[in-house]
Amino acid sequence: MATETLTLGKALNAGLRKALENDPKVVIMGEDVGKLGGVFRITDGLQKDFGDQRVIDTPLAESGIIGTAVGLAIRGFRPVCEIQFDGFVYPAYDQIVSQVAKMHYRSQGKVRIPMVIRIPYGGGIGAVEHHSESPEAYFAHTAGLKVVTCANPQDAYSMIQQAIASDDPIVFLEPKRRYWEKGPVELDAPLAEAYPLHAARVARPGTDATVLAYGPMVRTALDAATAAAEDGRELEVIDLRTLSPLDLTAAYESVKRTGRCVVVHEAPGNLGLGSEIAARITEECFYSLESPVLRVTGFDTPYPAARVEEEYLPDLDRVLDAVDRTFGW
Amino acid sequence: MAKGDPGAATRSKRAAPRTKRAAATGEPELVQLLTPEGERIESALGPDGTEYRVDFTDEEYRGLYRDLVLVRKLDAEATALQRQGELGLWASLLGQEAAQVGSGRALRTQDMAFPTYREHGVLYCRGIDPIMPLGLFRGVDQGGWDPNEFKFNMYTIVIGAQTLHATGYAMGVAMDGKTGSDEGEAVIAYFGDGATSQGDVNESFVWASVFNAPLVFFCQNNQYAISEPLERQTRVPLYQRAGGFGFPGVRVDGNDVLASYAVTRHALDNARHGQGPSLIEAYTYRMGAHTTSDDPTRYRIASEVEAWQAKDPIARMKAFLTKQQIVDESFFAEVDEQARAESVHLRERVLAMPNPEPVTMFDHVYPNGSPELDEQRAQFSKYMESFEGSAH
Repeated sequence: MATETLTLGKALNAGLRKALENDPKVVIMGEDVGKLGGVFRITDGLQKDFGDQRVIDTPLAESGIIGTAVGLAIRGFRPVCEIQFDGFVYPAYDQIVSQVAKMHYRSQGKVRIPMVIRIPYGGGIGAVEHHSESPEAYFAHTAGLKVVTCANPQDAYSMIQQAIASDDPIVFLEPKRRYWEKGPVELDAPLAEAYPLHAARVARPGTDATVLAYGPMVRTALDAATAAAEDGRELEVIDLRTLSPLDLTAAYESVKRTGRCVVVHEAPGNLGLGSEIAARITEECFYSLESPVLRVTGFDTPYPAARVEEEYLPDLDRVLDAVDRTFGW
Repeated sequence: MAKGDPGAATRSKRAAPRTKRAAATGEPELVQLLTPEGERIESALGPDGTEYRVDFTDEEYRGLYRDLVLVRKLDAEATALQRQGELGLWASLLGQEAAQVGSGRALRTQDMAFPTYREHGVLYCRGIDPIMPLGLFRGVDQGGWDPNEFKFNMYTIVIGAQTLHATGYAMGVAMDGKTGSDEGEAVIAYFGDGATSQGDVNESFVWASVFNAPLVFFCQNNQYAISEPLERQTRVPLYQRAGGFGFPGVRVDGNDVLASYAVTRHALDNARHGQGPSLIEAYTYRMGAHTTSDDPTRYRIASEVEAWQAKDPIARMKAFLTKQQIVDESFFAEVDEQARAESVHLRERVLAMPNPEPVTMFDHVYPNGSPELDEQRAQFSKYMESFEGSAH
């Protein structure tokens, strides 16, 4: 079996290529996805090989991208839309929330919108404003959408294909600061045997406290676990992978063993995913908890200027600080 | 035309053919083939010199009249049902029957339509049971006909959103290679004058233009967006907006079913032959309220309504049929009786529409389901069951 070392970005590119090869109804559309290959080169070379009817450079209008993709989906296509940056998705918000999410429901199952909306998200790349946001809660809050995010190249490769193959409309969040991180990818593994799309996974087993993270924060949580191990504390890190629906089965099992739980995300804490997760863990694991579920998140400010983003973003120290606090409760 | 009547009208007996150039003095430029007085105009020129005409048989004229009367009657029945508390809301098409029947009948079987929430007349022309939208307005469902079966998409409440769907669908038609012949497919997007201010509509103009989508934008300019008059949406005639986007626009008398048909059929055929999008502004008037929740006397004067009453789409068709002796009096009575019977039938069926079981609210959220929802459904069912046998 061909296992290659790829960056997360290249793994996405390989996954998109495979999806285009496997299903003639798959079309990629977005701003600059054609000749340029996307501003992050995630669609690099795809228009050259599949033509401009399969990889479509669109006018510069996000609502137009999603709205026309709805029509293409009704027509029987499987559109994969790229939103160039997290902060540019809001012009398309109405189409996503009121149209994409509700079409199957309103039609009592007669109309399916098998659409994937790819969004590079999160900070840490020194970008100007609107280029570093974490909008996942807006979409996870919306019934009818599913929301997933990958944290390593293997998942990037298989999850993007699974999302495209799914008939559910899926917001696919790509941790842009991790695009250049490398990892092994099994390119020939059958998709049917891949780890399920809507399932969390233990990224590092441990016994003393549970750290829940997703997307760009999985790497941070794993680094924290490595550091904690040097101090003799074993953290179990769970990569949530699916944000809607949430899969907390592994988290419940873990927290019942460890009694301590820290949730990490870049998005602001107020009404973020961490709030929902903390509530559910508390309901499920109440008698096992040694301390409240703590959250390590971005602050409730607009995303700050890049020169202070390192202080805004959760990092290894803030994760370890929260873990310490669960022990001092 | 009465059967067996040798003296009945033939085409040759009708009003002398004449070609009318749009832009009659004092009136907005529009394509018209039937005057408010029921006078037939043989052909009319659009702003780009296109000559519009129709060539209907007597039977087809009668069919159009029947459509107009039926959709008006069914619409009136729905308004009455709302007044009696049987519908939560109704968006009446009163006054816009010709724009809808004309454009709806211009669609070929393979053409796809994307409506707003007021296209009950087009829905009727597409062969959908007129009770279908009443479920939505009664609150027992949210639509529910199969868009692909009838080539008529679900109603869209968010203003203008469907124009992008229509554009994407039309792009798909072209990508499927289904343009370029008489059998080609075309798409029509309905929207109103208010919608022309929406970003989505303007984006759809851009997209349809640059992708040369086989699409007809059909704007029913009924002069009001709830209370706001056209002057609050535009300072140029709406059809002229098309020019800035790079495709043709034409204004048609939306109270003239023949002109509405001719202009729409021409635009659809252009689209299906791969000649790209166009904009039709059907100039009409919403005789009733925006919806049953609205009181139009607060924002428009009676004389304006009366002026439009004189341009009524059904009255002019009736005058034409009578003048040209295409029908006799028994025809009108027969159509009225059919409309009455169908509206009674509609009423009976609306009253018999059951409320959905509460647990069905969990159905169809996702094609592939969701374990979270399954759990909520189970909890909800258990909770509901806990009331069984109690007085509550």
